[in-house]
Amino acid sequence: MSTGAPKNSPTAALIVRNLRVGFGAVDPVVRGVSFEIARGECLAIVGESGSGKSVTARSLLGLAGANARVSADRLELDGQNVLGLTDRAWRARRGKTVGLVLQDALVSLDPLRPIGREIADSLRLHTTLGAAARARRVLELLDAVGLPDPARQVQKLSGQLSGGERQRALIAAAIALDPPLLIADEPTTALDVTVQAQILALLEQITLAGTAVLLISHDLAVVSHVAHRVAVMHDGLLVETGSTAQVLGSPAHVQTRRMVAAIPADKPRGTRLSLNLRAADAPPRIATTDSTVACDSTVVLEASGLSKSFRRPDGSRFLAVDDVSFVLHRGSTLGIVGESGSGKTTTARLLLALLQPDQGEVRVFGEPWSAASEKTRRGLRVGVGAIYQDSLGSFDPRWSVAEILRDALGHRQQRRAPQTTARLRSLLDEVGLAATVLPRRPLELSGGQRQRIGIARALAARPEILICDEPVSSLDVSVQAQVLDLLDDVQRDRGLSLIFISHDLGVVQHVSDQIAVMRAGRIMESGPAARVFTAPQHPYSVQLLAAVPRLSI
Amino acid sequence: MAESVVRRRAALRVLGRLAGRLGGALFVLWAVASITFFAVRLIPGDPAQAVLGGPGSQASPEALAAVTAEYGFDQPVIVQYFAQLGRLATGDLGRSYALNMDVGPLVLSQLGGTLVLAVLSLALAWLLALALATWSTRGGLVAARVATSLEIVAAALPHFWLATSLIVVLSIWLGLLPPISTGGVAGLVLPVLTLAIPLAGFLGQIMRESLLTALESPFVLSARARGESERGALWIHALRHASLPAISLSGWAFGSLISGAVVVETIFARPGLGRTLLGAVTLRDVPVVIGVVMIVAVAYILMTLLTDAASRLVDPRLRLS
Repeated sequence: MSTGAPKNSPTAALIVRNLRVGFGAVDPVVRGVSFEIARGECLAIVGESGSGKSVTARSLLGLAGANARVSADRLELDGQNVLGLTDRAWRARRGKTVGLVLQDALVSLDPLRPIGREIADSLRLHTTLGAAARARRVLELLDAVGLPDPARQVQKLSGQLSGGERQRALIAAAIALDPPLLIADEPTTALDVTVQAQILALLEQITLAGTAVLLISHDLAVVSHVAHRVAVMHDGLLVETGSTAQVLGSPAHVQTRRMVAAIPADKPRGTRLSLNLRAADAPPRIATTDSTVACDSTVVLEASGLSKSFRRPDGSRFLAVDDVSFVLHRGSTLGIVGESGSGKTTTARLLLALLQPDQGEVRVFGEPWSAASEKTRRGLRVGVGAIYQDSLGSFDPRWSVAEILRDALGHRQQRRAPQTTARLRSLLDEVGLAATVLPRRPLELSGGQRQRIGIARALAARPEILICDEPVSSLDVSVQAQVLDLLDDVQRDRGLSLIFISHDLGVVQHVSDQIAVMRAGRIMESGPAARVFTAPQHPYSVQLLAAVPRLSI
Repeated sequence: MAESVVRRRAALRVLGRLAGRLGGALFVLWAVASITFFAVRLIPGDPAQAVLGGPGSQASPEALAAVTAEYGFDQPVIVQYFAQLGRLATGDLGRSYALNMDVGPLVLSQLGGTLVLAVLSLALAWLLALALATWSTRGGLVAARVATSLEIVAAALPHFWLATSLIVVLSIWLGLLPPISTGGVAGLVLPVLTLAIPLAGFLGQIMRESLLTALESPFVLSARARGESERGALWIHALRHASLPAISLSGWAFGSLISGAVVVETIFARPGLGRTLLGAVTLRDVPVVIGVVMIVAVAYILMTLLTDAASRLVDPRLRLS
């Protein structure tokens, strides 16, 4: 804690000493946390899901929940004790001395109310301003958060705005009364990288204006740009606190080291992202950049001139995929990167022949694929596996893991056959899970375990090609690291060819041999990953690359 | 200029939607008329007998023949069907076989009583369901359990049993209310309760589900973080979301209330469409049956339009495209 604001200064917007929060009879989820934030300072609390960071944040607003037990030695907001406040006294402070910004404004702004009303709420609740004065202030706020043409936007519903515009509106609602403390809980998690960079810049601007900002995130790279200090939370405790440079540059605690290692951007292909804490268990992989996988020049999948258009609700058509061509070589990974709406998922569906292209063709192993009849294709389908972002949604929730995998093996009838059991065990072993998960259902698994089952299911039919559509996007950075490492392992072991689709450039950079940058249905630029990342040609690639979350120390 | 083009397009879209609706309504009316026409023919017996007062009237063969010729009962079914459709298209509902009057005025005179019953029942069901759902989400675990059980029991109650029980308890034991409809407000209480209670249980279940979802959603958390009170969170945000599925179901609920009216009007001896329909079916009075069914269909279509309009009022997203 070398830099940052002076301790116990009169400007501290928030002082927390030994905060403990528990629910019911089980052990507390926050087990004695202490920190403080000065005005004009940004502190980031970083941790995996379940580490207690969101519960900590909500306790600072008195919103931990009706059945939460909150205790602390000291809890001061803007110089005033807020321990044991009545609900009424809390309400007077929420929105006025502390504001909250949540993840994904699509669900954090009431979808039935115009955003102008949502933003004016704090003014209505805490000031005596009349309707006209409130409306004027709302316009000023929208202008301040950088939303163009505020007078038109106030009437819109959150569903009519883009992700970035919504998040700006949500921030405007939280800072309407210029609270001394702003808490932002994963404020950029659902956003595209370029929009994420803009929102982080806005938070930085709010900090510079003298607000104390508490940033909650699972992603070290994201917070490293704006946070003055970082606190790493693990299992209900802050295991390491210090200036951003210190924590990220020379992480002391093993949890911090693990999180730093998990950031995929700028890590060469083949580098382990997940720190193996039991290194003795397995021989270390050779992490070299040149001998990634046994690539050869055989083309296993080829897309030529793919186009697909859809009808909009008003009857007009839009081109989701526009003249897209690429080849996938055996044993290599082609990364397709683009922001939401760029046509990535439509491309994935065309490759899986779940959609038929309007023009162009997909060939697999040199044979017609999109042009073949479904009957012919069904025989070939075993060669092409798929992994989806929402693994939970891709499983039948009533099936156990054993049933899911037996189905994928084509062994649904042979429940007790010894070779089925052996195959199940070897599949689970391959994706790093114990046989104890077999009787469980998808809802009883963690996000990382689910995605491992998704991978095991895709591998069951022994495919040669895997189409991965945002396979790690809904995972924490550290779980993401494990899954990426796993995909790397199975690719080497089986000589798989991968199409890896993601909005996350850092991830794509780490996993890909070849890269295609998509925007508005077209491929803007493609080529070897190393070349595209070091010397991007297209201006859009340059812009996208500049926004990649990297550790900035 | 571009603005005027946009406006004209928007106007055309609205007109197109209205035309679609009108077409749909006409199709429903045609289907209802056709199904009823053929269904009534399945009731055994000679229609000419029905005109002359039923099998007990011992009408002479000459009289039967005269009636058969007059009403066209000797024509092929398909001719009778199109003749019936033609009359309906001109708004002529025909003349009752059993009662010596035109069906149009007869049905209209009975419509008011049933409408009052259905609308009041729907309103009371909404009130009860809202109160129950709100209480169950705010009153803690016990309230939630009690409300859930009440809703299930209420939704499962059959009208005839509930009506009889209400009469026994409120009229006979306590003597509070008249057991049959006397025309005044007091006479409305028991029929309305009979129809409203099961519907309230049903609507309450739907409302409680969506109310809980809304109260736990991030936008309500955000509102609380702005300093919104529990009451504000409920009235400004959650109830609006909770009412949407219940509004959509109200069109259907109205239909079920009309069919419930057949039982309730009979038990409480209340004049209305339900009782008229039952009487007409018993007497094989085809024009009256068709007249009642047609007017109920019209009311149902109007109610569906109303619930659509209400949904659009509450949910601005529906007004967008």
